[in-house]
Amino acid sequence: MTENAYNFAYLDEQTKRMIRRAILKGLAIPGYQVPFASREMPMPYGWGTGGVQVSAAVLTPEDRFKVIDQGADDTTNAVSIRSFFQRTAGVATTTHTQEATVIQTRHRIPEEPLNEGQILVYQVPIPEPLRFLEPRETETRKMHALEEYGLMHVKLYEDIARHGHIATAYAYPVKVEGRYVMDPSPIPKFDNPKMSGNAAIQLFGAGREQRIYALPPYTQVVSLDFEDHPFEASKADHPCGLCGADDSYLDEVIVDDAGGRMFVCSDTDFCDARQSAGFKGKDAA
Amino acid sequence: MTALDGGFHSPATQSATAFRGVMTVMAQPGHIVSLTGAEPPAPLSAAAGAVVLTLCDADTALHLAGEMDSPEVREWIAFHTGAPLTAPADCAFALGRWDALMPLAQFPVGTAQYPDRSATLIVEVDRLDACGATLTGPGIQDRAQLSVPDTDALIANHALFPLGLDFILTCEDRVAAVPRSTTLTAPEVN
Repeated sequence: MTENAYNFAYLDEQTKRMIRRAILKGLAIPGYQVPFASREMPMPYGWGTGGVQVSAAVLTPEDRFKVIDQGADDTTNAVSIRSFFQRTAGVATTTHTQEATVIQTRHRIPEEPLNEGQILVYQVPIPEPLRFLEPRETETRKMHALEEYGLMHVKLYEDIARHGHIATAYAYPVKVEGRYVMDPSPIPKFDNPKMSGNAAIQLFGAGREQRIYALPPYTQVVSLDFEDHPFEASKADHPCGLCGADDSYLDEVIVDDAGGRMFVCSDTDFCDARQSAGFKGKDAA
Repeated sequence: MTALDGGFHSPATQSATAFRGVMTVMAQPGHIVSLTGAEPPAPLSAAAGAVVLTLCDADTALHLAGEMDSPEVREWIAFHTGAPLTAPADCAFALGRWDALMPLAQFPVGTAQYPDRSATLIVEVDRLDACGATLTGPGIQDRAQLSVPDTDALIANHALFPLGLDFILTCEDRVAAVPRSTTLTAPEVN
């Protein structure tokens, strides 16, 4: 069987039209979760089926596609999704944030600022920010309709009561344009400020949960907080061991059996670019 | 020309490209992009034809308003999209000139729990350029300007947010959009 046995970008045209209509409604109502008829994809739920369907609906043959998984271009999930679209859509691929026109991401926003014309596609496991507080879809839907978000503030308050600070470190809830409370997907809260006023189109796809939502460029996105406990974008308090950057999000890597560890940029493209520009961290070989 | 002509010759890639144009203008109200590839029968413009081919199919009820409701347009849409034609109250898309689409209240604006269940209006306009009403809101960095058919009606539509209608404006081979999220200010009269 040849690779041409598939339609452009794998999905059939009617499915893509359905997803495209959901994306347009999502862009018209920023932060609102649009239900869509998610399809079975040739990968398990939890591996980015929502993001892949959104990418399939937006890709054109002229695009240059980048996929990151926790910031890295070279992990299993990123490599397999990238090669999936190389094979089924014939698109060019890249690892450089600046060169990419469509970037599919699992749980990170690239360190380099995005530009107008770029599209960032998030893979989302649980799109409903209120789901762990209220398991019934009928109720969370009413809560969004009535803007009844007090429960989310109670949750953040309980964090403070228990830990002395807001302990939520990822999937930190945001409010979009003063209306919908939205789950930013499990990005670290370090990335939350990058969502607001971003020049790129941000699209969110949740395959198993069958929801698509979106942020047009330059949309106001505010992380929920309290006056006396303001939101703080936190990261490990170290510079990157390889490139020395002190303003990037870091992964902690265990390097031996004796408790040795190093901190390295989670965004591999950002780190590589800095290293080739001559920056060196303390653990660089 | 018959109803069989004038569709995309390469539907998968052409509708992908056309969709990116429509998505760009919906995400950035005030932007105007070119949409080509469709050659629909008059009075449908090339851009409106491309939007219909890209978004409409047997799952989307379509309302044809005024002069758009001609046998040629009906046949072309039936052959190329299979979209069922309906009354305004049941439509997902409506196609027509501004006056023929009035009153806007006849179209579904969604419900509080499902604001996405609202109509998208594809409006054929005589001119489409970056002057006229001032636009602010999501998708617009500072402010944008766009020649919209009726500023007051769009202001009233925005007041319904998160409910409301979304507008795709087409003129010859160009397209722009005004989603319900956009705040409008009428142009100053000199």
